[in-house]
Amino acid sequence: MSSEAEVAAVNQDIDLSPVDSILEPYLGKKEMIIPIMQKVQDHYGYLPRPAMEYVARRMRIPLSRLYGVTTFYAQFKMKPRGRYIIRVCKGTACHIQGSPKIAERIEELLDIPSGETTDDLKFTLEEVACIGACALAPVIMINDNPHGRLSPDKMKEILDSYE
Amino acid sequence: MSAIKLTIDGQEIEVAPGTTILEAARQLGIEIPTFCHDPELPPNGACRICVVEVEKARALVASCVAPAGPDMVVHTKSERVINARKNNLSLMLANHPLDCITCEKTGSCKLQDYCYEYEVASSEFVGEVKDLPYDDTNEFFLRDMNKCILCGICVGKCQQVVGAGAIDFTKRGFVTNVSPGFEDPIEDSSCVFCGMCIDNCPVGALIPKYIFGKGRPWQTEATRVVCPYCSLGCNINLHVKDNEVIGAAPVENSPVNRDHLCVKGKFGWDFVHSRDRVTAPLVKTNGTFVEVTWEEALDYIVDNIRDIQGRYGADSLMGLSSPKASNEDNYLFQKLIRSLGTNNVDSYTRHCHASSVDGMMEAFGNAATTNTIEEVAGTDAVLVIGGNPAESHPVLDYRVREAARNGASLIVANPDMIGLVDVADYDLPLKPGTEVALVNGLANVIISEGLHDEAFIKERTEGFDQLKKGLEKYTPQYVAEITGLDQEDIKDAARRYASAEKAAIVSDAAVCEQSGGEGLVKALANLAMLTGNVGKESAGLYVPYGENNLQGSADMGILPNVLTGYQHLKDKEVRDKFSEAWGVKISDKPGLNASEFFENDKDTAVKAMYIMGENPVGCGEDQEKKAELLKKLDFLVVQDIFMTETASLADVVLPAAAFAEKLGTYTNSERRVQLSQPAVEPPDEVFPDWAILVELAEWLGFEWDYAGPEDVFAEIASLNHDYKGIGYRRLSEQGLQWPCTDEKDQGTKVLHQDSFSRGKGLFSAVEYDPELAAKREEHAAACCTSGYHSCQCLSESMSKRSVISAFKNGCCV
Repeated sequence: MSSEAEVAAVNQDIDLSPVDSILEPYLGKKEMIIPIMQKVQDHYGYLPRPAMEYVARRMRIPLSRLYGVTTFYAQFKMKPRGRYIIRVCKGTACHIQGSPKIAERIEELLDIPSGETTDDLKFTLEEVACIGACALAPVIMINDNPHGRLSPDKMKEILDSYE
Repeated sequence: MSAIKLTIDGQEIEVAPGTTILEAARQLGIEIPTFCHDPELPPNGACRICVVEVEKARALVASCVAPAGPDMVVHTKSERVINARKNNLSLMLANHPLDCITCEKTGSCKLQDYCYEYEVASSEFVGEVKDLPYDDTNEFFLRDMNKCILCGICVGKCQQVVGAGAIDFTKRGFVTNVSPGFEDPIEDSSCVFCGMCIDNCPVGALIPKYIFGKGRPWQTEATRVVCPYCSLGCNINLHVKDNEVIGAAPVENSPVNRDHLCVKGKFGWDFVHSRDRVTAPLVKTNGTFVEVTWEEALDYIVDNIRDIQGRYGADSLMGLSSPKASNEDNYLFQKLIRSLGTNNVDSYTRHCHASSVDGMMEAFGNAATTNTIEEVAGTDAVLVIGGNPAESHPVLDYRVREAARNGASLIVANPDMIGLVDVADYDLPLKPGTEVALVNGLANVIISEGLHDEAFIKERTEGFDQLKKGLEKYTPQYVAEITGLDQEDIKDAARRYASAEKAAIVSDAAVCEQSGGEGLVKALANLAMLTGNVGKESAGLYVPYGENNLQGSADMGILPNVLTGYQHLKDKEVRDKFSEAWGVKISDKPGLNASEFFENDKDTAVKAMYIMGENPVGCGEDQEKKAELLKKLDFLVVQDIFMTETASLADVVLPAAAFAEKLGTYTNSERRVQLSQPAVEPPDEVFPDWAILVELAEWLGFEWDYAGPEDVFAEIASLNHDYKGIGYRRLSEQGLQWPCTDEKDQGTKVLHQDSFSRGKGLFSAVEYDPELAAKREEHAAACCTSGYHSCQCLSESMSKRSVISAFKNGCCV
């Protein structure tokens, strides 16, 4: 299944009732749209289209405006994210120690470019500026676990360790 | 606060505090380039092309946002400024396709014009360029976002002025784009295809499809016409090349629509060149139409009319005339029918508006909308009830939105979540058909809380005590039960409406009709008079009609009981005046109206009918019954631009010119008489309605002497007191609102200012009718509840032959 189709399938099964309770205290307060969308994202892990449409309708905000706001801020994710978020550090120290090669290897293993999620919604690959663990360079985080002093050939084993 | 004195390019000027440098410069006639500036939208200072140098300021400032300061010395053309603008243009060109040779915008592109002015031929910056797919999904326009310079005017117009909210800025940084939510195609968005984004795009990112390959701006000629659809009568410039309309844009600063149009005005004129046009007179022989000469057709008509008249008397003849035909056409039509000795003259569309007309007549003594469309924008509170102006009269909807933007309280009472609810302060989603109960409830609250305008009621009105009594039972509690609303909401809305200094009511004649027409309009009139909101600016009652010249056709006397200017047949003096003017005897017997003909189950005396520009058979319900009635006639003449369902039943079909092919005046819902110019020549054997009528009158032996529509209008002005001061010469620039009684009279913006047309305004208690509510509920199931059901009122003979029939979002086109 393509990633688009996957998203569509996931979206179809969205239960929108949690959005109702999220919206309750905010009805009529269009200026609160960012906190609303943060809560919606907290619930679903991203901003599913049906939830966006529902918020737009209930808050009487055009969908275009809502989409404009949520695509402006990097914190909002418009696609489902993987259960495991891989953050590859692109800070100076990691860069010198070969983080581009690490990222390349992960992209190859997962068959996705940086910024994307695997079709099985297991991994999302992201690049971050610095995670503050320069002593371990090159370093990545998978959810809350740091993996340091990496080399491309270690990557398969690390990814395989996540179920 | 005192004026601010500053110097711009060596010229001194004094401006009001808050004036921007750009505005001050424009007052001096100094041109400063702009892309993102639009006087109607909040300034955003995004494009930076308008930078100027202010002495002692650290950097160049964007003149569109920088306020003029005391003793400022501004240079708009210094070397620094010019260089900055060149750089700015160069940066824009770095990411803009340079296909000007084939770009449809060439000649009217601001980017091209400024690059020419500042001698920027190409960009010195080389980098990544956008590569976005075209959005070619809809019938109306192409979006090529590679050309977009992100000025944001389209977004502002769509979100704020129109309220469609179809597009917004998405993402950020280099990939910022303007698009619908989820970058859907525009076709799938909430776009209403009003074309305002197209009209305001400074570059070639948005191009209407009708123009492709048809011509360059400098090859076309613009002709000012009045829109042929709704009764706002928006002013449109039709762009013509080689006798073909190839485009349209709003007339700049038009008093009716300013620079705005809706889908109908922007795109709906193409039926003029439809292949379905009737292009020669047709006579039915053995069941099929045969093309004949005009002489043959007229001869045939005269023989039949005279024969039937001789056998059955004049009242066996009847005429139905179109509220889309011009004043001149309508005036001559009723003159012809009445000259034949009968008052059987009416318009089929009466069933869409007649009872709201009656209601206004009874309360105020004048059926016209009381104030000017433009005034809505300046009101303090507006109640929108019984209709969705976004569907029926979109430009009026824009004004309501503007009022809300300007801080007016907006009360929307509609069973549906119409677009205006987005910006409403009070949303009253009442049950369909319970409008009268709600309005009575609002009036009840106003009286019981003492919010009514006692002085106004005492001096200007009558019948208050009866009204008060009649309203007693409409307590908030009772009304809440009927309407399904919350009583506190009803009370709040009533208080807000009553406490506003100026409050307007916006309704819709066609919807009023379904909600118990006369009743609702009277109830609304009560509400307006109770609070003294009649006869003053930005207040009043707006009940616009569906058809562009419905007001005018009634003013002309397309009514079986009154002559031109609503002068009564009963009055001998009136009859004598018309007899003398027309050289014929005027019958004092009121004629049959269209409903009596079409809705009566008994046979009428009518044997022959002349229908000009109407299509009763193609309209609404009971189409078969109407067709049967027409088939029973001995003789039927239909004069139309198309072979409509009605025309196909005729014995003779006369080909008439379309609105864009003729000179004439139209009177909009705000009583503004406007001149519409011919943009193109009609096909060879096709003539304007007025000319056909003049010819026919001659064949019938009447002595009519008109060189053109101007002469006809002069005659109208001589017989209709309200039009007395209006003439073609005065109308060439701008319309005039009747009453306009002499050459110096600038027309009347607001009706009933010192006294009502009937003297005192009449209150009358109106009862809520549950049966009507039930009917409305049925209606709601069949169609939408809120909008203007053109599907029932208009036959769509124009719009279904236009690209606008592709727009299914609204049910009004």
